[in-house]
Amino acid sequence: MTSPSPRQETHRPEVEALINLWKDRPGNLIMALHEIEKSLGYVPRDISQQLARGLNVPLAQIYEVLTFYNYFRLTPPAKNKIQVCMGTACYIKGSGDILETLKAQLGVQEGEITPDGAFEIENVRCIGCCGLSPVIKVGEKVYGKVKPDDVTAILSNYSA
Amino acid sequence: MQEEWIKVCMSSGGVAAGSEDVMAAVEDELAQRSLAVKALRKMGCIGCCHADPVVEVKPKGGKPTIYERVTPEQAREIVAQHFQGGQALESSTPTDEMFPHQVRIALRNCGIVDPECIDDYIAHDGYSGLRHLLADAGPAGVIEEMRLSGLRGRGGAGFPTWVKWNFANKKQADVKYMICNGDEGDPGAYMDRSIMESDPHGVVEGMILAGFAVGARQGYFYIRAEYPLAIERVQKAIDAARSYGFLGERILGTEFSYDLEIRLGAGAFVCGEETALIASIEGKRGTPRPRPPYPTDCGLWGHPTVINNVETLSNVTAILQRGGAWYGSIGTPESTGTKVFALTGKVKNSGLIEIPMGTTLREIVFDIGGGPISAKPFMAVQTGGPSGGLITKEHLDTPLTYENLQKLGSIMGSGGMIVIDEGDCVVDLAKFYIGFCAEESCGKCAPCRVGGKRMQEILEAISEGRAQMSDLDKLKKLAHAMQKASLCGLGQTAPNPVLSTIRQYAEEYRQHIEDRTCRARRCVALVKYQMELKKQKAAAAPAGAAS
Ligand SMILES: Cc1cc2nc3c(=O)[nH]c(=O)nc-3n(C[C@H](O)[C@H](O)[C@H](O)COP(=O)(O)O)c2cc1C
Repeated sequence: MTSPSPRQETHRPEVEALINLWKDRPGNLIMALHEIEKSLGYVPRDISQQLARGLNVPLAQIYEVLTFYNYFRLTPPAKNKIQVCMGTACYIKGSGDILETLKAQLGVQEGEITPDGAFEIENVRCIGCCGLSPVIKVGEKVYGKVKPDDVTAILSNYSA
Repeated sequence: MQEEWIKVCMSSGGVAAGSEDVMAAVEDELAQRSLAVKALRKMGCIGCCHADPVVEVKPKGGKPTIYERVTPEQAREIVAQHFQGGQALESSTPTDEMFPHQVRIALRNCGIVDPECIDDYIAHDGYSGLRHLLADAGPAGVIEEMRLSGLRGRGGAGFPTWVKWNFANKKQADVKYMICNGDEGDPGAYMDRSIMESDPHGVVEGMILAGFAVGARQGYFYIRAEYPLAIERVQKAIDAARSYGFLGERILGTEFSYDLEIRLGAGAFVCGEETALIASIEGKRGTPRPRPPYPTDCGLWGHPTVINNVETLSNVTAILQRGGAWYGSIGTPESTGTKVFALTGKVKNSGLIEIPMGTTLREIVFDIGGGPISAKPFMAVQTGGPSGGLITKEHLDTPLTYENLQKLGSIMGSGGMIVIDEGDCVVDLAKFYIGFCAEESCGKCAPCRVGGKRMQEILEAISEGRAQMSDLDKLKKLAHAMQKASLCGLGQTAPNPVLSTIRQYAEEYRQHIEDRTCRARRCVALVKYQMELKKQKAAAAPAGAAS
């Protein structure tokens, strides 16, 4: 692998627009990162560099923030992100068993992506649908009152 | 009042349970039958979350009926029966039992007003007193009403709202800020989400009044990014309020100029803590700092700042519409008003409820909640989330107030109320909470960072049969050190569930450690151990001997 030249300047116009939108507003860094994450699913390094220049903050500070918050990720997500709710209500109603079933069926651990890039599993803190516990979320769709036996059927709704 | 309506629950819980399909079916059926029901509306959460998707129907001249767990097919039938035959379906509302004990103030508009329609909010008295309060009562008048109300912050600590506002109001400064804490990190609590989704204007109005009382020109909503629907609706509400002149320059022709913006959280529990929240809005890591100075002296960008919780602000609006004395007359003398709880776990009717302070746990769990969900007997209620503790069945008749909960070794917290039954294991629950806190520790101070981890390890050892009784003393020592030496509330309160369970269920801890058994069969390693033991005994028994 050739190492990228340190002088390599990436420049994405859509990021420039975003920088201009937030540039003069106080507390802009996290909001800008949210917008990037929302459109790309993660925050690539070259964009962090462009952001650092545009907002005039050190790259180190951007990484300090990126690595602190659970919400931001530095690598591309799988096609379908499965979130297993580990809020208290879900937990005592067996979301741990659902997590185990998912891990067994997909053959990956939490935080890993299946080799075909189709799925990844994440355990999350309370997504606030406690009345339907236990709950899992695939992409934007929430499934309530899930039993380990339902996992196969739920996964079959999604493809690689 | 509309003559007839049909409303479909479109809160996150409802949508998760399929209410979008139900809504589509209703629209389609109305169109096919050429029925013009004027008020087909989205509604927010009425609180019967286990029964989602919920549909409420009111025919002309009739009474509203709530239908639970409605499928799209049933929705078509409901439309046909109600609006053409004029005959109500057999009412299927066991959740009716959830309402009689409730007094809905913070939730007053949830499920009543259309959260995306400012005119509907105004039709329900919204923004009604704003002009008078801003022009005539003045900040002092607003703060005085809040004093009369006795309202204490609903975000957990229970600090009197008027006192905080008064500090900030008295502080001389050119720039002050108001912040709404919509981070809601407590696992098992979702009242703030529901209020923001179902009645965003109720909170926006509270933010305007609070900003006015403390002398802010700018306010921020800090909302967790995991709540996209809440974010969308609060943004809509802010925009609508601005276009009606309730926000912006010289609000309603008064001297008061004030605006609101949203800032997003990014998945860190500690950011609910006020100094960490401020750091996060400033675009930094959300690590707390020692207090004092309190935010009311030195907050956002070094300026005096007041932070209030979503439910607190929803109450503020109601109080200033109806008067502090009215609110103060509800509840008990020291704990006035109502409290919203997310009643979840092993309970039949699970959802959001709002009850006057002083209601007993028995009323909540058995009358409103309908009792345990399975055949297993009720065991306890966990309140206060990771900062709280268990209230056991002996204390079912204690009136719920800030003071009483504290006496019982738990706290009110933000209002998560998780019912556990004899199928649950207290060691497992303690492990769950300390695991949460250890993972969510920001790492800035050692007592929390290291203490939480060590406590977690000991609890794991207990649940896997690798511990000794002396480990309980170690746990307690660590707990007390964490409580005393941690920088912020996260570390100071993280040991509470552990201490609470050790105190109340000493025998269960002993069984785990000495007998290596888990009564509830939740601790997998112990269950396996016992099975193995049984097998070995059977094998060792002389052949043919009766066992
Ligand atoms: C670790 C930690 C997490 C907290 N999380 C929240 C939260 O999610 N929402 C909230 O309103 N308050 C939370 N609080 C309490 C806030 O720091 C603050 O007391 C509260 O928002 C003040 O508002 P109130 O007076 O209206 O209750 C948290 C406190 C701690 C120590």
